Amino acid sequence: MPDSIPQDSVGIVATKTLHFSEPLQLECGKVLSEYDIAYETYGELNESGNNAILICHALSGDQHAAGYHSMEDRKPGWWDSSIGPGKPIDTNHFYVVCPNNLGSCKGSSGPNTKIPGTDKYWGPDFPIVTVRDWVNSQQRLMKELNIDHWCAVIGGSLGGMQVMQWSIDYPDLIKYALVIAAAPKLSAQNIAFNEVARQAIMSDPDFHEGHYLENHSIPRRGLMLARMLGHITYLSDDSMREKFGRELREGHLSFGFDVDFQVESYLRYQGKSFVDRFDANSYLLMTKALDYFDPAKEYDHDLAATFSKATAKFMVMSFTSDWRFAPERSREIVKALLDAGKQVSYVEIKAQHGHDAFLIPIPHYMNVFHSYMKSIREAIQ
Amino acid sequence: MRADLTIIAEWIKPGSSILDLGCGDGTLLKHLREHQQVRGIGLEIDEHNIEVCLGNNLNIIQSDLNNGLQGYFSDNSFDYVIMSQTLQATVRPDRLIDEMLRVGKEGIVTFPNMAHWKGRIQLALGGYMPVTKSLPNRWYDTPNIHLCTVQDFEIFCRERGIKILERTFVDYTHSRSSLMMKLFPNLFSEIALYRFCRSN
Repeated sequence: MPDSIPQDSVGIVATKTLHFSEPLQLECGKVLSEYDIAYETYGELNESGNNAILICHALSGDQHAAGYHSMEDRKPGWWDSSIGPGKPIDTNHFYVVCPNNLGSCKGSSGPNTKIPGTDKYWGPDFPIVTVRDWVNSQQRLMKELNIDHWCAVIGGSLGGMQVMQWSIDYPDLIKYALVIAAAPKLSAQNIAFNEVARQAIMSDPDFHEGHYLENHSIPRRGLMLARMLGHITYLSDDSMREKFGRELREGHLSFGFDVDFQVESYLRYQGKSFVDRFDANSYLLMTKALDYFDPAKEYDHDLAATFSKATAKFMVMSFTSDWRFAPERSREIVKALLDAGKQVSYVEIKAQHGHDAFLIPIPHYMNVFHSYMKSIREAIQ
Repeated sequence: MRADLTIIAEWIKPGSSILDLGCGDGTLLKHLREHQQVRGIGLEIDEHNIEVCLGNNLNIIQSDLNNGLQGYFSDNSFDYVIMSQTLQATVRPDRLIDEMLRVGKEGIVTFPNMAHWKGRIQLALGGYMPVTKSLPNRWYDTPNIHLCTVQDFEIFCRERGIKILERTFVDYTHSRSSLMMKLFPNLFSEIALYRFCRSN
């Protein structure tokens, strides 16, 4: 809980929800006849309407990117380090919109919401949504908010994939694309980790084939395991060594299977707290969206050709110790953009925090982010 | 702007495309964009320089030139590839020059001339590694690990089938060259500037 709201915070914010009744055709062939999108906004849209920024969230993110919902909040939004007055995404200058993706579980239509016109939860019947579906739904939200283009679309990890999709599908609606700690598609190893996470959830006896809400249960153990596994891939070997080493929780070995090492205690805590804030079916959906993302497959696996219609200026950033989406993956994106003749900058930030680094205010990262956003500000003036 | 950069800028045709290897704070790129409508990309490794370049709305790729160009650019994608005061600090200058002429139609390099008479005197009479205005570092802390002379560079170009299109010699302040520099560049020039291409 903050004693007082910090000067560089967007302050107390609230989630808003819009209902959409125009059916949304999904890539899987199904149609969402109506749906809700929960979102938050920070800052003000200027008179010329050219300062709107879309923030795309990652796997377990949501619409609450910055600020506090109440003075009782223990932590601010997930990207508070970068969004706020005087921060890289400066809300004194930009109007920031962050929606919750369809299929997630924080207010937008998803498995934990009811099927329209019924009293039944969507549960496992919520259609598989893709990065492209999200981008299409975000475009509907944009129209509804009377925004005619995004000055920038920004996202890390799975969020960065949405940024790329935006630049490909709606080239005229996006001026700058900031792709952070992302990859042009998942590797077999990435998919493998996602599959283990899904198996952990689906093999939990409390999963009930996804109908756990009707059965008044939650696949706690499965979701916890999935998160513990995910968390290992977000950190680096170095950051784990630095944070935990081989430190013992009780100071001595227990010669049993309970928690001995601090790292075990940390992972269990992360897993358990995740269960209270995330939906298992949503986790399955979000990991599938990751697995399916491969914009180049429609272009004969030629990533440069995939970007050929893009008109945005690109900024790609990666982090040296990120092994989930390593710098090499970002360089693939950069190379494709260069081959396609696009304007692109690329920065590889030295960081030992692994994939999570994109959420951490590392000085060089923040300076780079600041400088780039400042040049955008000057360009739109 | 540094005088050597002014000379380079004069060599570059308006409206062309350039790749600046080791672009520093982006002074040349910015100058060329504003005055000659040149489209450019810079490669740079220093964090502070990168931040400055990004603040000036320049396209920058963070990269260590000792890893080559990392397959980033396809053949002939630039009119000019420039490397000012960087060549001598790279691990394999020869490979980098090959890369310059792969991705660019022409290359431009500037480097300190190791054979300037002051350095020669220091080494010949003093018996120690030269420390001059254009080469201010001591032997143990110098970033310049592959120093060469005007003569070395021209021999290198001959051996590698590289055609020298233009050359200029200046002193360490990079002001215009004197008659002595023109007549005996290997003895009197402190900084050498070359524009070159493949000879075939």
